[in-house]
Amino acid sequence: MQMNRKVGAFAAALSVLTAFFSSPAWSDWQLNMPQGVTTISREVYGLHMLILGVCVVIGIGVFAAMIYAIVKFRKDTGAQAAKFSHNTMVEVVWTAIPAVILIAMAIPAAETVVRMEDTTESELTIKVTGYQWLWHYDYIDDGVSFFSVLDRDSNAARRLRSGIDPASVDNYLLEVDNRVVVPVDTKVRLLITSADVLHAWWVPEFAVKKDAVPGYINEAWFHATEEGTYRGQCAELCGRDHAYMPIVVEVVSRERFDEWVAENRRPSMTQAD
Amino acid sequence: MSTTAIDVHAGHHDHPKGVLPWIMRWVTTTNHKDIGTLYLIFALLMFFIGGLMALVIRAELFQPGLQFVQPEFFNSMTTVHAIIMIFGGIMPAFAGFANWMVPMMIGAPDMALPRLNNWSFWLLPFATGLLILTFFMPGGAPAAGWTLYPPLSLQTGAALPFSIFAIHLLGLSSIMASINIIVTIMNLRAPGMSLMKMPMFVWTWLITAYLMLLAMPVLAGAVTMLLTDQFFGTSFFTASGGGDPVMYQHIFWFFGHPEVYIIILPAFGIVSQVIPAFSRKPLFGYAAMVYATASIAFLSLIVWAHHMFTVGMPLAGQLFFMLTTMLIAIPTGVKVFNWTATMWRGSLSFETPMLFALAFLFLFTIGGFSGLMLAIVPADFQYHDSYFVVAHFHYVLVPGALFGAFAGAYYWLPKWTGHMYDERLGKWHFWLSVIFVNLTFFPQHFLGLAGMPRRIPDYAVQFADFNMISSIGAFGFGLAQLVFVWVVIKAVRGGPKAPDNPWEGAEGLEWTVPSPAPHHTFDTPPVIK
Repeated sequence: MQMNRKVGAFAAALSVLTAFFSSPAWSDWQLNMPQGVTTISREVYGLHMLILGVCVVIGIGVFAAMIYAIVKFRKDTGAQAAKFSHNTMVEVVWTAIPAVILIAMAIPAAETVVRMEDTTESELTIKVTGYQWLWHYDYIDDGVSFFSVLDRDSNAARRLRSGIDPASVDNYLLEVDNRVVVPVDTKVRLLITSADVLHAWWVPEFAVKKDAVPGYINEAWFHATEEGTYRGQCAELCGRDHAYMPIVVEVVSRERFDEWVAENRRPSMTQAD
Repeated sequence: MSTTAIDVHAGHHDHPKGVLPWIMRWVTTTNHKDIGTLYLIFALLMFFIGGLMALVIRAELFQPGLQFVQPEFFNSMTTVHAIIMIFGGIMPAFAGFANWMVPMMIGAPDMALPRLNNWSFWLLPFATGLLILTFFMPGGAPAAGWTLYPPLSLQTGAALPFSIFAIHLLGLSSIMASINIIVTIMNLRAPGMSLMKMPMFVWTWLITAYLMLLAMPVLAGAVTMLLTDQFFGTSFFTASGGGDPVMYQHIFWFFGHPEVYIIILPAFGIVSQVIPAFSRKPLFGYAAMVYATASIAFLSLIVWAHHMFTVGMPLAGQLFFMLTTMLIAIPTGVKVFNWTATMWRGSLSFETPMLFALAFLFLFTIGGFSGLMLAIVPADFQYHDSYFVVAHFHYVLVPGALFGAFAGAYYWLPKWTGHMYDERLGKWHFWLSVIFVNLTFFPQHFLGLAGMPRRIPDYAVQFADFNMISSIGAFGFGLAQLVFVWVVIKAVRGGPKAPDNPWEGAEGLEWTVPSPAPHHTFDTPPVIK
């Protein structure tokens, strides 16, 4: 009977907690890095899982040894301390094995870095300029350029004690007025710079994060293989509204992209053509 | 000769009468134990001030939306929290341990340079006081992150020159303390104590002191260049004047990465004292531990750019810094394996110092693993500047460095106060700390992987759940530290009398003198066989 009451109380508490944490827009519980939608992002995800796996396996081994020692060699169960204080063989082994594992890890990682840095043969170039606190995009060869700012709804809700529930805003803090549009299955090169302080252009689904540095033009690239809308944020502290300069990229079909370019081409460029 | 000795002793006012003499006794003291005590009390105070700032941060992040503070103030909180915790909390705490314990562990009567010692401590309250005062200046406290990256840091208001001066003072204090420690260890060891007979804690501090001597002037140089860029028309870091904002990051992290090991090596030292003591077995692989510490220190000087992989470095640079960073895992692994082997076939008991040392062993290892993950450049492009990094460095700083300090504090508290601390309260402090520290920082790994950037006061709603858990953990952790204050006050005021050596398995010169350690120890050096 008492047992039942305890179970009942526990179930009640659990249901309250579940209700609390599962309000529709609030629960994601995402634990891991997204695989992403670009050729590189999948490689990066693979490396992440590989190194995580290596750490977990070593961790299980090391923690098991520690726990075994803690359980087994207790003074209160009468364990007598041994006298040994070193063993050269063991020292050599546990220096050499990690070295081998690390070299094995470094090789695939280095290969991916080499590919990430290869910005040649891109089919579309977008110049990205960070400002406090918005982004500017310039499609260098297509005559499209625009500023991209946090959308109006998020901007109203984000004010101190605004009284607006962030959960009621679609894509709170992750929506902009003008989205970046790129064609699917295309190698897109980004030229990233800044007009004031440091920023960083980060879209997790693309595994692209590159600092925008005044006076520098950094290069990055991505090749998205799935149409969709992908969101990211400025990743380098850039002052007061660092949290409020999101990035939204729409990956669309080649035809849709051409239409979009035609609609958004600046008049001056059209005349120049 | 003997008269001089008596005069020296008569000059000390151990029990002065009146308030002013009491204050002057602490202000003018040149005794290593007094100064150690000052350092430790100061560090504890700073932990609470920096901790309150952390709680402002976690309160704001409890839910999406802005509830309590404006973004600019939030940025000041993250910035000053870090500077206070690193330069006001952890470093002075370990300097306190060094002051108290290094002379006693090597059989020296005091630090080699007692007046310099006094000065290195007394710079600290002024430096941190100045830093905290910047909150009341036009434009508020610095808000560009503790790394003070230009050009953003040059947008700081009136606080910029004051915070840079504060950093200069903190650096001066550290440099003088490290000179003092090096000179003491090199010159005042008791006859027969060769370098390879020194306790591990002394070794780690010797290496730490050298790192400080190398790194701190570099930081001073970097912030001085910020100062001249702002006020004297130079353009070191201003692109429009021909300067290079990335150069600041290289200079800063040339200081910043050794700094990481300046913070953790003394904790390694403490853990290397505590684990053998409570395993009743000598430290496994002493020589390997010394070499591993030295290797870590050397490698720490050539890995700095792994903090800035996304800045746009040449390919060769990225590969070099990835490889050197991965190499650090080897000596660090050796340390963890040696600590485990020390416990192997020992006779373990689990008093509070040992509990904190064990938590250090487990949780620092987790921080080490995430550090190894961060070294993998392609993956780092995802982890960098996300909450994954926040989780990583808090794992090495809180259950790493801070738990190391707690282990040391419980281990030597009987020697300092002459009383045994309350073991039951100590265990409460430990269990609350270890549960809440994980509740605070473990979910931050998930937040980072899911794409939450660091240093933001507000976030998209999909990050809400783990942020709420993390905030609950942070408040729990903060409250748990009040138990520690209670334990310390209780032990200072009374409790069971501590014998010279309260720990069955502890070895070392510090346990051969009475508890509490008299004002002067080893006036005549002991002889080590």
